Amino acid sequence: MKELKYALFTGCTAKESTPEQMMSTLAVAKKLGIELIELTEASCCGASHLQDYDDFLSLVLNARNIAYAEKHGLTMVTICNTCQLNTAMTKHRLDHNADLKAKVNAKLAEVGLEYKGTSQVTHFLYAIIDDFGLDKIKEMVVKPLSQFNIAPFYGCHNIRPSELQNETHQNKENAYNPTSLDDLIIACGGVNVDYNEKNKCCGFHAELQAPHTAAVLTGNAVAGAMDANADWMVTPCPLCHLKLDTQTHHASVAIGRDVSLPVLHMQQMIGLALGCTASELGLKHHVTKVNFV
Amino acid sequence: MEAITKQNVTFKVFRFNEETDYLPYYNTYTLEVTHEEVVLDILNRIKWDHDGSLSYRRSCRHGICGVCSIKVNGKGILACKSRLFELIEAFGNELTIEPLSTKRAIKDLIIDKKDFWDKHAVVKPFLTGDIDEAPTSEHLVSPHDAEKLLEADYCIQCGACHYSCPAVEINDQFMGPAAFASAYRFSADVRDTESEDRLHLTNEEASGVWDCVKCMECAEVCPKEVNPIEKITKLHNMIFEAGIAKNNVATRHAVGFAHSIAKHGLLDEGELVRYSEGNIGVLKHVPVALKMFSKGKIVLPWNMPKSDKLDEIQKLIKSSSTVKF
Repeated sequence: MKELKYALFTGCTAKESTPEQMMSTLAVAKKLGIELIELTEASCCGASHLQDYDDFLSLVLNARNIAYAEKHGLTMVTICNTCQLNTAMTKHRLDHNADLKAKVNAKLAEVGLEYKGTSQVTHFLYAIIDDFGLDKIKEMVVKPLSQFNIAPFYGCHNIRPSELQNETHQNKENAYNPTSLDDLIIACGGVNVDYNEKNKCCGFHAELQAPHTAAVLTGNAVAGAMDANADWMVTPCPLCHLKLDTQTHHASVAIGRDVSLPVLHMQQMIGLALGCTASELGLKHHVTKVNFV
Repeated sequence: MEAITKQNVTFKVFRFNEETDYLPYYNTYTLEVTHEEVVLDILNRIKWDHDGSLSYRRSCRHGICGVCSIKVNGKGILACKSRLFELIEAFGNELTIEPLSTKRAIKDLIIDKKDFWDKHAVVKPFLTGDIDEAPTSEHLVSPHDAEKLLEADYCIQCGACHYSCPAVEINDQFMGPAAFASAYRFSADVRDTESEDRLHLTNEEASGVWDCVKCMECAEVCPKEVNPIEKITKLHNMIFEAGIAKNNVATRHAVGFAHSIAKHGLLDEGELVRYSEGNIGVLKHVPVALKMFSKGKIVLPWNMPKSDKLDEIQKLIKSSSTVKF
């Protein structure tokens, strides 16, 4: 197999509140022999809020990020569901609207850049599934997760709207019955747990504006996983991770029940199965203790 | 090889009669279904061949009246439009048929949609304008202006988005995606004269657009591809453009991204929370922040990372910004 190489858009949390996500991404990429060129010039994607304030500015900034991936001639890989949605949405809108693309490019020209539309944008989860292959992951597992019931938590912005998301997926995902993360758990030797909240919202984006709504959603998600007998949860989204890992106190109060489970980033789960150490995967950076390693 | 055109499917059907039952239950039917059939055909067959007491709403059978909306395996659908074979492909041969909202069930698949209609009515879902009693010509709208409605007027008020919206489910006041799509539809109409009133209505805390959790489910579920969250985003934009955005945690949260990106390229997470909440409001986040700090999850201001070529980002923010707060 030709060596895989991508332009990595880290997003902001990997540089700040989820350092373990950055560490585990690099550790897993190394194990898998995937080369990641970090887009150090990239800005924040606006996290689905900047466009509420200034949609055009959000488009220009996201187009600039993609333009840097295009300069490398590489597919952009994201490691945050919301970065994925914002970037893919920008790409979709510019690729389907020549006027808008021209307007955005007129701005980018001021800094000597151009958005061409030549780079794909995909989340690391789907890069692994579509390009690397789960069969190959399975072959590489040295420490299977067979003793664990693992609850997948997909995160909204990787699966909805599915029409947009599936534009770049070879293995199409159904938003009401997603399978990618379940398949990844199985490939890592774990037991995937089915529960109603696996494709639901964690509440992250309304945490400040609607704290009660956000806390109930977090509580429901963790409670759903606990009731399905999960030992821990896994997510491809660092924002879901922040909510599920650090906010369980508010969530417990909101739903009137103590809920808490260790939550791993998708990269950490793969890393464990491939034999990475706890320190390589940054497991000490979790608020809810990862109690099984 | 000849294509399979018949399959056996087990249907678990939600049953409840608020006049006689304390709790709902499920009846199970196994039927042979053909590739031409839609869910409404199955409901009819169960009612006509197995149990005449099964209750559900149906009318046009053409995906336009919106009354037959229900959920299959958690997915909001129009029973008359949703093909069995597509559902089997998505969920397998066991399908659970439920009302759009189980907690609002009156009888079987029939729900009380009062909250939906009440919230819909609040946004004044009609055109208000100066009407010439004796017009001499049509009130023409240019194709360019008509395009501004996007797909908002495709809404058939089926309620699929409203009863799939997690914010509606938790917060009784939240108006929900259908009401917002309707508010947008009329506020974006160049003939309308109450646009700003409607924007004020959708600008309220708790009930308005700010409580949207951005799960994108309304865009996913809508059987008419109205894409309500796109209209919610448009309402946000219109509220800022009209200069009626209040200075509160929700508006500052959206604006805070622009400030932070201008300063660092990246988002300064801590500063965003402080800016959004204010110096006093931010204090309630201190306990979680301390826990995060102890795990190395908080970057202190003097260590805040910056994007390379920040000057480019700053230049673009200056030249591309379209609104002020």
